[in-house]
Amino acid sequence: MIELQNVAMSYSGAELLSDMSLTLAPGSFHFLTGPSGAGKTTFLKLCYAELLPTAGHLSLFGKDVRGMDRDEIAGLRQRIGVVHQDCQFLDHLSVEENVALPMTVNRRTPDMTQLRELLAWVGLKRQANALPPQLSGGERQRVALARAVIMSPDVILADEPTGNLDWEMSLRLLSLLVELNKMGKTVVIATHDLNLIRQAKPQVSARVLRIAKRHLHTAGADL
Amino acid sequence: MKLTLLTFASETTGPDRVVPPTGFTARLTLFTAAAMAFLAVFALALSLATGRLADRWADSLARSATIRISAPPEQMDAQVAAVQEVLKTTPGVASSRVMGDDEMKGLLKPWFGPDLPVDALPLPKLIAVTETGAGVDAEGLRLRLQAEAPGAIFDDHTRWRRPLVAAAERIRTLGLLSLLLIFGAMAGMITLAAQAALAANGQVIATLRLVGAKDAFIARAFVRRFTTRGLIGAVAGTVLGMLAVALLPSTEAAGGFLTGLGFSGAAWLWPLIIPPIAAIVAFAATRFAALRMLRRLR
Repeated sequence: MIELQNVAMSYSGAELLSDMSLTLAPGSFHFLTGPSGAGKTTFLKLCYAELLPTAGHLSLFGKDVRGMDRDEIAGLRQRIGVVHQDCQFLDHLSVEENVALPMTVNRRTPDMTQLRELLAWVGLKRQANALPPQLSGGERQRVALARAVIMSPDVILADEPTGNLDWEMSLRLLSLLVELNKMGKTVVIATHDLNLIRQAKPQVSARVLRIAKRHLHTAGADL
Repeated sequence: MKLTLLTFASETTGPDRVVPPTGFTARLTLFTAAAMAFLAVFALALSLATGRLADRWADSLARSATIRISAPPEQMDAQVAAVQEVLKTTPGVASSRVMGDDEMKGLLKPWFGPDLPVDALPLPKLIAVTETGAGVDAEGLRLRLQAEAPGAIFDDHTRWRRPLVAAAERIRTLGLLSLLLIFGAMAGMITLAAQAALAANGQVIATLRLVGAKDAFIARAFVRRFTTRGLIGAVAGTVLGMLAVALLPSTEAAGGFLTGLGFSGAAWLWPLIIPPIAAIVAFAATRFAALRMLRRLR
């Protein structure tokens, strides 16, 4: 699904990530850990082709990212749902419209019943008509998750999704991601919260990846 | 046109809502389009008026000529009669007539005043010649006049007509050039406004890219918004421009120079092409700016 072979990433000549090899199989669940600034966000950006590797091969759904044009990358992002720590929303649109945005940009009309069900699933049915600035941090993360899954993507990438949330809300979000994984989605969660990883242990068979000293370590035991 | 306006009208409820309303650039685009359309109406009016003027001058002067006869008083009548005989047998002459003293007085009045003693002056006789559409062989007529009436000089007004028509043609060209410059300036200003809007909406564009929007979708949202504004502004400017032209002083009140400035008859339809052209210019300018900017993003 997502395959990295000796991938490296450099910024202005300085190598941030080196020689990373990994295959994200369909239906797998991964935690990505590492200290702040280790390159977790950069790794995720590579996975949805916002960045291109400066060395090595990266293929998404069997295609080399370097051979993709801008439209192909846009099409590919319909198969990858992304949840950012600083959820990016269109503040002039309602929660409902923001969640439906991936469909709107693909000129598809969202099924309102399914949309409401999705909002109910993330516990935001009552906030459907609210504007993003009116939401709390936890609500914003759940809206971002709903938006990430509305196109029923194959892969969900979450970058510090619980960074701004209290513990209770973090667990709620984790359970939603676990639920998605049980539906067959590949999930990657970048987090430095080890408690969250421990909490997931009884719920899902997850692999822990760790970025340290520019390298990706996959030796972490399955939880 | 109807379909286009309907399509534009759906903007507030359609997918183009992804672009947030931008107050400043919206006002700037509307104002620019309105101002440029207003100026374009005047440039068009000038161009059409000078075109008409050039045609009128060329047409009326081309079909008329004058024969001036300067001869001693005792030979004058004989030479006038000889010239009239020549004209009767000249192909291309529709009619001719000897101008009377009152007519001569009228021609000289602007220069010498109303109390001119025409009888006391040694004035030449003038014969006004009206040509047919085929025209007269000027050189042939001159040769015949030289033989029959040595004091007669044929003047087909070429020396007046050519510079006048050339001047009018040049003004018409300048008017058309002004139109091009106006639309060019409009394209430049709308490009700048679109770039400002795109730069201000960097976060929106990043979000749209994140959720899988293609460049064409993003560009279209901006393009339609600016095209609509360009069209609305141009419609307003065109209407105001047409009103201003309609309210110009009448031909009689304005005097000779302004004679004919404005639109007449079906020419009033010409300004209606300005709003669609403005919309096309806005469309092209915004599309160019949007795609250029989007290419820089990943």
